[in-house]
Amino acid sequence: MIEVRIHGRGGQGNVVAAYLLATAAIDEGWYAQAFPAFGAERRGAPVIAFVRIDHEPIRRRCQVAAPDFLIIQDAALMNIPSITDGLKPDGNILLNATDNSSEASSAHTDTEADNRLVTLPATQLAQHYLGRPVPNTALLSAFLKLTDILPQNSLIQSLEERFKGDLLDKNIALVKAAAERIPNNLWKQTANA
Amino acid sequence: MRKALEGSQAIAQTVALCRPQVVAAYPITPQTHIVENIAKLVADGKMDCELVSVESEFSAASLVLGAASAGSRTYTASASQGILLMSEVLYNIAGLRVPMVMTCANRAISAPLSIWNDQQDSMAVRDAGWIQLYCADNQEAVDTTIQAYRIAEATELPVMVCMDGFTLTHTLEPIDIPEQTMVDAYLPPFSYKRALDSANPISVGTLVSPDYFPEARHAHHHALLDSLDEIVAADNDWQALSTRTAGGLLSVDGAEDARIGIITLGSIYGTLSEARDEYSDLPATKLIKLRAYRPFPVEALRIACTGLTDLVVLERALSPGFGGIVSSEVHAALAGMTDMAGKAKLPKIHSFAVGLGGRDIPLQIYRTLHQQIDVTEPRPFTIIDVELDKLSVEDIGIDKSSREVNK
Repeated sequence: MIEVRIHGRGGQGNVVAAYLLATAAIDEGWYAQAFPAFGAERRGAPVIAFVRIDHEPIRRRCQVAAPDFLIIQDAALMNIPSITDGLKPDGNILLNATDNSSEASSAHTDTEADNRLVTLPATQLAQHYLGRPVPNTALLSAFLKLTDILPQNSLIQSLEERFKGDLLDKNIALVKAAAERIPNNLWKQTANA
Repeated sequence: MRKALEGSQAIAQTVALCRPQVVAAYPITPQTHIVENIAKLVADGKMDCELVSVESEFSAASLVLGAASAGSRTYTASASQGILLMSEVLYNIAGLRVPMVMTCANRAISAPLSIWNDQQDSMAVRDAGWIQLYCADNQEAVDTTIQAYRIAEATELPVMVCMDGFTLTHTLEPIDIPEQTMVDAYLPPFSYKRALDSANPISVGTLVSPDYFPEARHAHHHALLDSLDEIVAADNDWQALSTRTAGGLLSVDGAEDARIGIITLGSIYGTLSEARDEYSDLPATKLIKLRAYRPFPVEALRIACTGLTDLVVLERALSPGFGGIVSSEVHAALAGMTDMAGKAKLPKIHSFAVGLGGRDIPLQIYRTLHQQIDVTEPRPFTIIDVELDKLSVEDIGIDKSSREVNK
C-alpha cells in the first residue's frame, strides 16, 4: 500500500489534490482512498489530507501516520517541527519551493540521501498558467512523474472529471509544464517497495 | 460500475435513483455535501423533485413529515445539533407511522463543540421509534439507502441510515452506483394507504386519550420488532439483484472457534478488520458488525456470540453517569444465553468507547483492546483512548482504580 500525506493551507486545494490523486488511481484500476483531516476551516490555516493507493481493497480508515510520501504545498510549513512525523525512513518529500532540491534538502532534512526531497516552484507555475497561486495540480503532476505509479494521462483524465472549459485547459497546460521540470522515476523504488 | 466518488456525492446520486418527490434539508457539517450535491442534481435537471430550502432542521423534518403524510416519497439528512433540533419531529414521524428515509452523517454533540465524528447524535434519538441502520463503508451506505426506502414503505416506519461523518461522508473511494433500472425494479413507486386526501379528509396527529395511548405504543413497538424480517428480506432481495449484501441485521467474520468477539457499529469495522490481519499474533477474534441497531436483533446476536468467552462492545458514544449504551443492551440481550446443559453461559462483556469527537482510531487500538481484556472480570466501561495526563488530578475522577492507572 502506498500512503501519502498532503500538507497545505486552506485555499491551496489540499482536499482536491487528495481526491484527484485517488481518482486517477481508481480510474487506472487501483483501489484508493482519499480524505481530509479538517481543522477549523478557514483560508490560510494548515490543513492535511490523506491518500492510500493499493491493489487490494483498503479497509483501514485511520489517518496516515507513517506515509511513504509527503507533499507539502507551502514551504513555510516545513517550519512546523512535526510536519515530517512518521515519514518512512526511505520516504520522500515533494515540496513547493523556489529553492532547488539540494538547497531545500540541506535546509529541511538531516539526511544525505539523494533525492529524498524534491522541490517544484508550483505556486509560480500556477500563477503563470492559471493566474492563481493554487499549487495542487502542478505538484500532483510532479508526484506522478517522480513515482511513476500512474501515467501522467491519468491525472489529466481526473482533471477532466472535475474541471471544465478554460480552467481545465489551463490546468492541463500547467501539469504538462510541471512534469517537464521533473526528472523521471526518481522515486520509483519507494513507490514499488 | 465502480467510480471514484466522495461518500456524500454517492449518497446524493443514490437518493436521486430512489426518486423522492420531496427533499427538505438544512445544511450542517458533515452532512452538507449530501444536500449540496442533491441541489446540484436538481438544478442540472438530473433529479425531478421538489427541493425545499428551509430555515432549520425542525422545519426540514416538519416539511418531510407533511409531504410524506400527503403520500410523497421524501428524504432529509442531518447530523449532531441538527438531529437534536429535529428530535421532537422525529418522534412524531415515527409515532404517526409515516415512512421516510433520512441520512444521519454521524457527528459528536456539543458541548464541547465538535464537528467531528462519533455516534452520540443518532444514539440520542435511539428511542424515537425509527429504524436505525449503521453503515461500515460507503458502498454499504449506498445500498442501505436504497433498501431503506423499501423497508420504510413496507413497514410504515421511518428509517435512519447512519454513516460516520467525515470518515465516510468526506472519503473518496471506489463506489458502485447501481443502474436506475435496477433500483426501479427493486423499489416500486410509493403508495401510502393513509395519505392525506382532501376528497376523503382525515385527521392525523390528534390527541390520544389514555384509552388508546398504550395500544399505540404497543403497536409501534411490535412494528419495529416485526421489521427485523423485512430488513433481512430487503437485503436478500437486493443481493439477488446487485450481488452485494449490505450486512443484514448483523454480520460475523472470523474463525469459527474464536473465543473473543468485538461488536462494532459503523466505519471502525474496516480498521479493525485490517488490524486483525496485521496483528496475527493475537488470539483469534470474531468481528461482529451490528447493522440493525433499532430494531435490536436479539436472536441474531445470541447466535453470533455463541461460544465466546469474551465480548468487547466498542462504542462511539456514551451515557454519562452509566457508560456504554450499546453494551447495556448487549448485556440484556445475552442475559438468557445458556449452554447445552441449560446453564447460564454468558461471555464476559467489556465495554469501551473509542474515537469520541473524531479522535483518530489507529490500527493499534486492536492490540490495546486485546491487552485490556486479558483479565478475569469484565472491564467496567472506559473511554479506551483517553489520555489521562491531559487532565488535572481533580478531573481524573473519583474512581480509585483510574487514579492508579494514571500513576
